[in-house]
Amino acid sequence: MNKVNNISGVVDLKLMANTLRQDILKALHEAGSGHAAGALGMADIFTALYFNIANIDPGDVSWSGRDRIVLSNGHICPVLYAAMAHAGYFPVKELMTLRKFGGRLHGHPHNEALPGLENSSGPLGQGISIAAGMALAAKMKSQEHTVYCLMGDGEINEGQPWEAFMFSAAKKLDNLIVIIDRNYIQIDGNTEEVMPLDPLDKKFEAFNFHVIEIDGNDMAAVLSALADAKKVTGKPVCIIANTVPGKGVSFMERKHEWHGKVPDAGQLEKALEELDEERAGLEGSA
Amino acid sequence: MNVVDNLKDVQSLPTRDGLGRGLVKLGKENDKVLALCCDLAGSTRLDWFQKEYPDRFIEIGVQEQNMMSMASGLASEGFIPFVSSYAVFSPGRNWDQLRVSVCYSNANVKVIASHAGVTVGPDGATHQALEDIAIARVLPRMTVIVPADAIEAEKATIAMARMKGPAMIRLTREKVPVITTPDTPFEIGKAYTCREGKDVAIIANGPELYHALMAAEELGKEGISCKVVNVHTVKPIDRDAIIAAAKECGAVVTAEEHQKMAGFGSAVAEVLVEEYPVPMKFVGVDDTFSESGKPAELLEKYGLSSPHIVAAVKDVLKRKS
Repeated sequence: MNKVNNISGVVDLKLMANTLRQDILKALHEAGSGHAAGALGMADIFTALYFNIANIDPGDVSWSGRDRIVLSNGHICPVLYAAMAHAGYFPVKELMTLRKFGGRLHGHPHNEALPGLENSSGPLGQGISIAAGMALAAKMKSQEHTVYCLMGDGEINEGQPWEAFMFSAAKKLDNLIVIIDRNYIQIDGNTEEVMPLDPLDKKFEAFNFHVIEIDGNDMAAVLSALADAKKVTGKPVCIIANTVPGKGVSFMERKHEWHGKVPDAGQLEKALEELDEERAGLEGSA
Repeated sequence: MNVVDNLKDVQSLPTRDGLGRGLVKLGKENDKVLALCCDLAGSTRLDWFQKEYPDRFIEIGVQEQNMMSMASGLASEGFIPFVSSYAVFSPGRNWDQLRVSVCYSNANVKVIASHAGVTVGPDGATHQALEDIAIARVLPRMTVIVPADAIEAEKATIAMARMKGPAMIRLTREKVPVITTPDTPFEIGKAYTCREGKDVAIIANGPELYHALMAAEELGKEGISCKVVNVHTVKPIDRDAIIAAAKECGAVVTAEEHQKMAGFGSAVAEVLVEEYPVPMKFVGVDDTFSESGKPAELLEKYGLSSPHIVAAVKDVLKRKS
């Protein structure tokens, strides 16, 4: 259970995800550069982790029993920052300092800049090794917490993650849950055209992971996958989360061009309108 | 002074032996010390630690990149991981991981860069690291130590664990004469004089310190007086000791088993150019790859043996006003 920020209802969690999406877009627009698509696509999973599943305490970032949330593909950090701000790690208005001089919200996360960040990331493939090190440390110290590692699908073009996957299975790190943002886009296009990954589930199974595949934008499915993942013993878990890049904004969805792009003023207005509409629908259903 | 008087009659040991001994001592002193191994336990002497502390020895297989970042994760949980491999692979192959997972993240990770230099010998140029000092010292927060012999390597290993932050120790495969003693002082960042002299200061470290002392002895016979300084810590470098040596002698020769470019001599030059420029000469590998051969053959061909230091001293003397 989440120590501080527990939101239990699915609709309320969806509302929080909607809030994160709005803040991500506002922050990116203000920053003038950054990565929109992946951040939007992962808003549901970050909401589930920071507001329901993960055992964390924003008021005590060095609490040794906290779950570790490690972002490996650092470029989607606007969603991490938005989740952390709303969870209480820092003031929400600070999101507008994203990528700005003198700020704490660097373009790619820096562990020393912002309390609550577990790691620095940016160069792809390193976070998963750091997470494996944390999971191994927990085993060596007989600690009970879970290490969550969030990764992009394009990221695993790199060799290093496969070293880390091999290692994690060899050491039976069942306290490690890897979540792959399977959004099928990377900078140069569709992942299956740039550097094919399918069949991804079979690759992870062959690497001795317990594999769970879900719709990563379906909040109920995300919650149940994360709950199931924690029950697995003897193996690390990989959740392949099929997400829609740019989720929630019609003109960004599934467009690889939005990987490393931010909305201009007109696009922001239109995007926020769409998200407000979704919000009204959610509030109506609650 | 600070080293044995008779250079001829000394035992020889690889500096990696000192690392192995130091790690075993550390294992006893501090239960947070871990040894991470990339399938080279015997070569790096990590097997000595493994034997005593099997639970704190982590075999990773041939995964230098994973090892470096993973060590950062272990360090953030309070451990003091020593990552080990040949210098060509670590920090050679995993430099980006050293840069971001370790240095940028300020992780308390210690890098054992073994089998450095041409003295790796028959394995050939792929396995002879001649660039590792350059790529390590350029990273903010890195400490870089090149011990002269096995005794100094042992002291350096222990000192690295006691300091906080990223650090690298550069070691040799080949036996090198043990010229320091248990009483020789060792402090990270603190150079010391091994021989007094007034005409030229030879500033060296690692196995080249022995060649520098041999050269100084040879030059002494010809009436040329050389001061020899052991700057075992390339970073943070002992600026005061370097400036003092330059002021005292008015000319400097550096010696390293590494590329001249961007290496140890360059680090010395960076200090002197700003603070006290004097005529200088670098002994090191001159922008080339080496080859297979016996260590002595390679030291001779690639300009690293004591006759090359003798020649460099004579050359720099001509430019001294």
